[in-house]
Amino acid sequence: MNVVVVTKNTPDTAARVEVNASGAVTWGDAQLVINPWDEYSVTEAVLLKEVHKVKTTVLTVGADMHIDALKQGLAIGIDEAVRVWEAGFEGQDSLAYATVLAAAIRKIGAGGDPVGLVIFGRELIDTVSDAHIFQVARKLGWTAFGSVSKIQAIDFNAKTIRVERMLEEGKQVVSGTLPCVISVLKEINDPRYPSFINIRKASKATIPLWTAADIGLDPKAVAGSAAKVKTTAYHNLAARAGSVQLIEGANETEKAQKLVARLIEEKIL
Amino acid sequence: MSPVSGVFVWVDQFGGKALPAAWEAIGVGRGVADSLGVPLTALVFGQASNALAQQAIQYGADRALTCEDATLADYRLEPYAALLNKLVADHTPNVVLAGATSRGRELLAAAAADANAGLLPDVTELRAENGALIATHPVYAGKVLSTLSGAAGETQFATLRTRAFPLPAMNPARTGEITNVPPVLSADQITTRVESFEPAKNEVSLGDARIIVSGGRGVGGAEGFKPIRELADVLGAAVGASRATVDAGWIPYASQVGQTGRTVSPDLYIAVGISGAIQHQAGMRSAKVIVAINKDPDAPIFKLAQYGIVGDLFKVLPALTQAFREKLGK
Repeated sequence: MNVVVVTKNTPDTAARVEVNASGAVTWGDAQLVINPWDEYSVTEAVLLKEVHKVKTTVLTVGADMHIDALKQGLAIGIDEAVRVWEAGFEGQDSLAYATVLAAAIRKIGAGGDPVGLVIFGRELIDTVSDAHIFQVARKLGWTAFGSVSKIQAIDFNAKTIRVERMLEEGKQVVSGTLPCVISVLKEINDPRYPSFINIRKASKATIPLWTAADIGLDPKAVAGSAAKVKTTAYHNLAARAGSVQLIEGANETEKAQKLVARLIEEKIL
Repeated sequence: MSPVSGVFVWVDQFGGKALPAAWEAIGVGRGVADSLGVPLTALVFGQASNALAQQAIQYGADRALTCEDATLADYRLEPYAALLNKLVADHTPNVVLAGATSRGRELLAAAAADANAGLLPDVTELRAENGALIATHPVYAGKVLSTLSGAAGETQFATLRTRAFPLPAMNPARTGEITNVPPVLSADQITTRVESFEPAKNEVSLGDARIIVSGGRGVGGAEGFKPIRELADVLGAAVGASRATVDAGWIPYASQVGQTGRTVSPDLYIAVGISGAIQHQAGMRSAKVIVAINKDPDAPIFKLAQYGIVGDLFKVLPALTQAFREKLGK
């Protein structure tokens, strides 16, 4: 059985991200890191490998800038890495991205170890979307469990899974069959970070690169130019109006009373 | 039924009660339907769907399609997506909308994939222009905005960020046709099963909250959340937290606001003892009004806030609670 974890690089969470004069998104010299939610999905795959002796594969659909995310996965303990990319994929919407991911997962599963589980971090922080997760599941014909905070039980032989999900309303325990797709939350584990030696080892890995044709897709059908949803422009956020008004007073009680009066006066309450 | 064009809004509910995001979506759907000159249909699946359909019509839908079946009592992706997929295939709507709640996001993503249609995710502004949806969607952890454009002439899906759109007025006099439809999957075709559910302890959920009182490292420990909860109780607010306090085990992860927690957009966000790291800002910068309480006047949170108090939170909080109690008559 194969456990596939999908990741990519995103600008560091502390990066200052802006739209430049030519309309492109820039993050200066801030470094790229793996999508923060994926620290948990990669770690979960490694934990499953240790307990269940499954094979693990880290997958990205992305340009060269995403190779380091795959190497980080290898350095943390994932067995194999695969990258899918070709010119023309830029500007894909979630559906095109998910179509490529699903085809790549099918090919990974056809390699001798069928895929039993695909793990995603809760969302991508660059696209601020989780749509591709559920679209991959539909393209594969598998079910999906979002916002998983714990895998209570998983049996790769009997092909069963039971997970805890964190809903807005509370904690739900739900069971289903494998193969399936899950997205995981921060609560699922304590993320592992690679050792220096493993980073050096992973840096030497040769990672296969698959094109659309390699995974049985028509490149034109999954090209960014054919996407159903197009990003037509990026904009900087409007600056928040004015600067902070510090509430002054002789003591905390006076400050608190003035603030409350102010919030009521401004009809904020 | 012959194919008709129109706008569909899926009404998210839990245990027979609609989420505010569902009515926000009805409000947006009404505007889109009017600009396209087509009817607005509410889709209600699961418990109490007839009563919820009535409410959807009172909030602005022209009619409703409902399906109340044991297989739909608890939300599960498979039966819900199969049903939504069938309704979309049968009726070929121009637009399908839902609130970008956890369920709304996954259901519409799945149904869009089934229909091989475009999805505009988690949008904060939406309009129809020459038949195409044009939307604003925050990207890069909300640090920049993108403009998205859907494809005119085919079904377009969009999810609407919770609290980014106003709650429409309810008109109890509005009436419309409610049609019951059968489920698509039978119980033995569904592979997933809800085993148990434990309701969250917080009475007010972060996503729906109009007011959030949030604590950071400055609260000093688990017991430091006590005055925060007292203030939240007086305001009917939800309690939030910074990552540092969750990692320290002072408060459960469900309360975390920010990069690896929840993204919220309340009317009022009171940040207490929170320095305002950029990762925290990612989760709360779209709050309409931010109040910062911190002993460090140089904390970055003051750059984001409209109002601030520099002082000892353990003195400020009880004073605020007391002042609100007096003013709000509680």
